[in-house]
Amino acid sequence: MSYSFHSDNRLPQTRLAVVSYIIVGMIGLLLLGFWKLQVIDSDKYGQMAEQNRVRSIPIIAPRGRMLDRDGRVMVDNRPSFSVLLLRDDPKLVEQYLPAISDGLGISVDDLHDQLQNTRNLPKFQPIVIKPEASSADLDFIESHRSDIPVLEMLSVSRRRYLPGGFLGHATGYVGEASEQQIEASNGKLRPGDVVGKSGLERQYNDILMGTDGMRRVVVNSVGKEMKDMRLTEQEAIPGKQIQLTIDYDLQQVAEQSLGARPGAVVALDPRTGEVLAMISRPTPDPNDFAVRIPKEEWRKLNEDPLHPLFNRAIQAQLAPGSVFKIVTATAMLEDRSIPESFTTFCPGYGTFYGRQFKCWVYSSKKGPTSHGSTDLHEAILQSCDVFFYTIAMKLGIDRLSFYGDKFGIGHKTGIDLPSEEPGLMPSEPWVERVFHRKWYAGETISVGIGQGAITTTPLQLARLIGGIASGGDFKQPHMIKDAQNVADEKYPLSEHTVERITEAMYGVVNEPHGTGTKLKLAGIELSGKSGTAQVIGYDTRNRFGKQKKFEDNAWFVGYAPRRNPEICVAVLVQESGQHGGEASGPVARDIIKAYYDKKNRKTQGTVTAADHGPTPVSDAAVVAPVVVIKPQGLPAAQTHAADDKPEPQ
Amino acid sequence: MKDAPGTRDYDWWLIAILAAICALGVVEIYSATHASNLAGMHIKQIKWLLFGFAIMFGLSRVDYHLILDQALILYVVCLTALAAVLVLGGTRFGAKRWIHFLGQDFQVSELAKLIIIIVLARFFAEVRSDELDLRDLLKAGMLVGVPLALILKQPDLGTALVLVPMLAVGAFLAGLKWQHAGIFTLAGVLLVGAVFYPPVSKHLLKAYQRERITSFLHPEDDAKGSGYQLLQSKIAVGSGGFWGKGFGNGSQNQLGYIPVRYSDFIMSAWAEEQGFKGVLLALGLYMALLLRLVQNAQRAKDRAGMFLVMGVAAALGFHVLVNVAMVIGAMPVTGIPLPLMSYGGSATLFVFMAIGLVMNVRLRRFVN
Repeated sequence: MSYSFHSDNRLPQTRLAVVSYIIVGMIGLLLLGFWKLQVIDSDKYGQMAEQNRVRSIPIIAPRGRMLDRDGRVMVDNRPSFSVLLLRDDPKLVEQYLPAISDGLGISVDDLHDQLQNTRNLPKFQPIVIKPEASSADLDFIESHRSDIPVLEMLSVSRRRYLPGGFLGHATGYVGEASEQQIEASNGKLRPGDVVGKSGLERQYNDILMGTDGMRRVVVNSVGKEMKDMRLTEQEAIPGKQIQLTIDYDLQQVAEQSLGARPGAVVALDPRTGEVLAMISRPTPDPNDFAVRIPKEEWRKLNEDPLHPLFNRAIQAQLAPGSVFKIVTATAMLEDRSIPESFTTFCPGYGTFYGRQFKCWVYSSKKGPTSHGSTDLHEAILQSCDVFFYTIAMKLGIDRLSFYGDKFGIGHKTGIDLPSEEPGLMPSEPWVERVFHRKWYAGETISVGIGQGAITTTPLQLARLIGGIASGGDFKQPHMIKDAQNVADEKYPLSEHTVERITEAMYGVVNEPHGTGTKLKLAGIELSGKSGTAQVIGYDTRNRFGKQKKFEDNAWFVGYAPRRNPEICVAVLVQESGQHGGEASGPVARDIIKAYYDKKNRKTQGTVTAADHGPTPVSDAAVVAPVVVIKPQGLPAAQTHAADDKPEPQ
Repeated sequence: MKDAPGTRDYDWWLIAILAAICALGVVEIYSATHASNLAGMHIKQIKWLLFGFAIMFGLSRVDYHLILDQALILYVVCLTALAAVLVLGGTRFGAKRWIHFLGQDFQVSELAKLIIIIVLARFFAEVRSDELDLRDLLKAGMLVGVPLALILKQPDLGTALVLVPMLAVGAFLAGLKWQHAGIFTLAGVLLVGAVFYPPVSKHLLKAYQRERITSFLHPEDDAKGSGYQLLQSKIAVGSGGFWGKGFGNGSQNQLGYIPVRYSDFIMSAWAEEQGFKGVLLALGLYMALLLRLVQNAQRAKDRAGMFLVMGVAAALGFHVLVNVAMVIGAMPVTGIPLPLMSYGGSATLFVFMAIGLVMNVRLRRFVN
């Protein structure tokens, strides 16, 4: 057989052998490569494979509820859904953005912004693009599961507060943790976590907030969840509920009685320090913050001249006006340097240190323009300024500030709420420290009737009047029922002093001359003191600017019974244009009446907590067996600084 | 023919190795696809393999001298087909590689590889001297260069590159001078360097090719493109560990993180599920296959047979090297399948036809 070509049979055996060695070497090198990956770096790649296939989806722990003192639900949760965007694959996300924008009604620009803001977070961590999903949104996600694989629903629970801002300033509100909070939490908080931002929500955040769980699911390379591959789940630990000292019934009366007027109400049980009701007006609805408050809305709330975010009950530092006369009167009786029978003649004004000080009666629109001859009892009843100007002059600022300080003015009460203000008790050391000048003797005259630099909060006044009527026993106000370590400050007053002062405060309501005589209640020893502060305090003036509507604060601090009261209510009504007794008195009276009505019904056994449960909280607002968490202790009340205060002689 | 070979002359060891590698491939194709919408792919592969074995035996019956005799015609057919595919071929994934024939899409370049093996064997067999001079080397280069350019035009860099080791191995065995070998190695190194050096490579390579090279060098910059493929492949291989995750248990494989896990990246899926021990088995088989080919070359009756066998060895060896190195992230993505394990019709048929040529040479080693 022959072909057109010829081939010989001398084969290059050496070179063929070389090729063999090259083959062995090549396979050896490849094996080395596999050895490096599969044996040396195996753990590293094992973890990467695990990260690939496992996606962690948080299970949000519900926050603990807040109950009132009878176990009625004040703050609850409601189930809701958030829309998550899975960002593992930026190309996919980019591709689906227009469809997502259409389906969920979020602009593409907005989505881009959100992606931009979260670009530093790990890619496997999904972001919330719509915190509150409508049922249409849920339908959209469900029906596009296969063609838009980057959306996921996250079941969350939202805070549900009573509507209309009921108890809103006390409960506070929640929001996403700020960067500072996250840093301060030592890794406990992560971005997007919901935490208490104000009020009790913030104060007791650690108790109320649970621990989020984690659902771990297997996903394939396009992000689809593999339902048949189950991984261990880390369950969410719900937050614990807290029981408040608030009485829903009294709170409701207080809310209605104050109405929409700007101001504040605090009702205390002076025997224990329990806060029974607390209101501040105006109030935002914390439900509005339960999801995510739009920036614009937030800016408006902060710039509102009425400061709706401000809890006046503990933050408004205002001149106490005539309510402070109780302090002046107590100082006079305790100090004993002025005889008890001391009387002044009030022609409607008085001249001290060459300056004329008017009595309020001088400019009253009806009735006499002078008080005539008044003693202590009558001066308290009619709130005669001239009498107390004289007493203040005789006592001097040192004695006044000593007692004001002892009764808590200028100190935080230590209530378990954040951002409480201390008020101010002016004194000689204070003007020297702050204004670097001497005290003007004329200033003492104004302070004697609760004007001038002196400021107090409504809470301080409730504590002060209740404490004096209790013989000088000042309990730390608090919001948590069965609280431990309630601070108890005592400045024992003589029986005689307490009797004279409380007689006078009883007279304010129950004697014909009293400024609160219209408030008289049959069968209840309603006592109290009105106050009308014509000017705002130094600090507050700076804060609000000089606006006319703040120049008229009507106070009434009422309590019952006359001695060792069970309830003490401080009421502040701003811009009322009315006298304290007229504007604020009825609110205090309504609350105290409601307190006794309930007490009487209770002793007759006709009322149970369940009858009066608030309806609006939740469809499933079953009053669960109350497991009350007792906080370890209240925040320490500020102890009185004993540095620059002279002891009584 | 007086020299009609008997069945015992077949290289049964070679066939056994071949069958074993094919079995690994079928097992892994099944594992990679049974739970997906590609289920049943292993059956198709088995059909291709059976067809392949038939073709291999068929081709072994035709004397390779007869085939070498037709080298010129085959070469012309090859160039015509490559030119035709550029004009008529179907475009898929942005490249013209397929021609529709007998109800199947064939990759013409697979056939071209086979023909170039034959043409080079014929050419080198006719070089008389023990040493290959420069003129013959350039002629050989021309023979390879024309089809290589046509394949590059498709574009199909991977297949085009396979022609280079065929030429290199052929030239080496034909007596390439050591100094020439040195010069060409140096040139090769420079070319590779140029490819990896962007200012030069932008004149040489297409955009998608440059992208592959960049993502090979910096996989982390391109976490979802071909850098992603390489990274996922490495994760699959590495996470397999020494013992592997077990058949059907590779998460990278089963959840689709490995790109084309039944084809170009089948070694990645195999390594994840079978671990280093499985890799040892697979690469051991490939080494045995290649060494067996060299042994057949050593025992060939004449130089033509040897060149034929070594051309096949060069092509298969290069496939294994480039594919497996890619799987472990040591080479960029080139689109070269792993012979016999990767799913694919044309590629499988090429391997069996190539082995058929080897068998052909073996059967005639005692014939004078």
